[in-house]
Amino acid sequence: MNISDIKKQFPIFNNKIKNNDLVYLDSANSAQKPQGVINRVYDFYTKEFSNVGRSVHYLAVTATNLYENTRSSVQKYINAKDRNEIVFTKGATEAMNLIANTFGQKYLNEGDEVLITELEHHSNYVPWHFLRKSKKINIEFAEINEDGEVTLDSIKKKITNKTKIIGVTHLSNVTGAILPIKEIVGLAHSKGIPVLIDGCQSAPHLKLDMQDLDCDFYAISGHKMYGPTGVGILYAKKKWLEDLPPYQGGGGMIKEVKKQAISYADLPNKYEAGTMATAQVIAFNESIKFLEKIGIENIQNYEKELINYTVDTLKKNNSVKLIANPKNRGGVISFIMEGVHPHDIATILDEDGVAIRAGHHCCQILHEKLGIPATARVSIGIYNTKEDIDQLNSSINKCNKIFDLK
Amino acid sequence: MNLKELYQEIILDHGKNPRNLRKIDNHNKDAKGHNPLCGDSVHVYLKLNENKKIEDISFEGGGCAISMASASIMTDLIKDKEEFEVKEIVNDFLEMIKEKDDLKNNILSDDEKTKLMCFSGVKQYPMRVKCATLSWHTLTSAINNSQEIVNTEKN
Repeated sequence: MNISDIKKQFPIFNNKIKNNDLVYLDSANSAQKPQGVINRVYDFYTKEFSNVGRSVHYLAVTATNLYENTRSSVQKYINAKDRNEIVFTKGATEAMNLIANTFGQKYLNEGDEVLITELEHHSNYVPWHFLRKSKKINIEFAEINEDGEVTLDSIKKKITNKTKIIGVTHLSNVTGAILPIKEIVGLAHSKGIPVLIDGCQSAPHLKLDMQDLDCDFYAISGHKMYGPTGVGILYAKKKWLEDLPPYQGGGGMIKEVKKQAISYADLPNKYEAGTMATAQVIAFNESIKFLEKIGIENIQNYEKELINYTVDTLKKNNSVKLIANPKNRGGVISFIMEGVHPHDIATILDEDGVAIRAGHHCCQILHEKLGIPATARVSIGIYNTKEDIDQLNSSINKCNKIFDLK
Repeated sequence: MNLKELYQEIILDHGKNPRNLRKIDNHNKDAKGHNPLCGDSVHVYLKLNENKKIEDISFEGGGCAISMASASIMTDLIKDKEEFEVKEIVNDFLEMIKEKDDLKNNILSDDEKTKLMCFSGVKQYPMRVKCATLSWHTLTSAINNSQEIVNTEKN
């Protein structure tokens, strides 16, 4: 695996940012796109465009086949048992809203508990919060430990006989902790509780196997997997998709519509109302091919080394304080600096072409717990190198100089 | 535009050692402001006398160098001004930081205007304008005695 060849596939790196080479360390926010994905959107609109699943003409059949090919690719990529367990959404956020909404409608009642963790992104908290009002449910939070992890024990402590579903992130977008999700699923299932996993940060970086994991629901973001924006994946076990009510109503999701009664389409169309992000779904297939070509084991090995290098480099820098120290860590590293606010860090780094994120990263619950309103976050993608991390470090030192800190 | 123009010495100084960073115990007006994008928050306290003159002004909160310096310099300049003057200064500052080249008001001295003009570089960094304006919007809210928390995403 040659990283420089891989990086060459991403045309964004041909651009100069304020006369500097781009050092993109914000892939947890959204990843850059390889040429194959970009071309696929263009080619589809240029040569093959039509709406899917409705008309019988040549272009409609072509588009439908391409769209469904992505579904099969995703099924294979995450080792789902059935291709109808793959539902396309506009993003992971919508995937989680879909489950909170439909599961909530059918299975949650006053006094029931939804167990999430303090690490959750707002997209795995706010959709459940809606049910606090409409269904008078309670939300419990499994706590983080001092290393920024949520352990199996921490989950166990919060499970009660009222817990009806557990929502948990696979890989924290702030602390970088990889959670023991297989064990969490095992524990939950032993008590008859289904589990929704937020896989936004894990899907681009870790090997996924839905059958081995045995989770009930898994949400994936397309644009974080080097794919287009506007595509998300909801993986859900077939029994749930058959059992839960539809999410949105409209064209494509119905079987028969009468004045008195409506029946719904078979899976997975039941959950795909209206015209979907067709070009993006079709181009997302190229993202999967891109990842498959490199090989997820190779990606994991390469990124592991780069993560270690990043953590070591930042730990050696005395002005930097890492906010978490998880034993099992993904490519997300958040830090603070004494005397320099994260926003100032991000602005100063940007001047050197180094793109990081500063803020609460859609995790206000976690930042409140940590007692810091904002952090600076470095996140890596397959195109990043040790040179990027060296540039990051030298730009961080520039912050000290500007703020006249020792 | 470079970082030196953004992080001028006066901004770094006020950012590191903000003036009037305290609570006025016998304040008669106050308001909270919040920037949901970055988590910065500010609480502005005012003590107006019967002639609607700002007898004392202070703030509490935390944030980046730009937002702390802006609140600090704002409270320095607003003290002892009449309420109607404050409104004019606030509008003038907000217009300058968004588009205008200069400050138009005749209330502040040239020295005071020079201090405020240090923030003119912020307009080159659109994502940071909200850092510089949060405390000013919150001041307006305090004067108007509005109970609503200022939210930079609504301004």
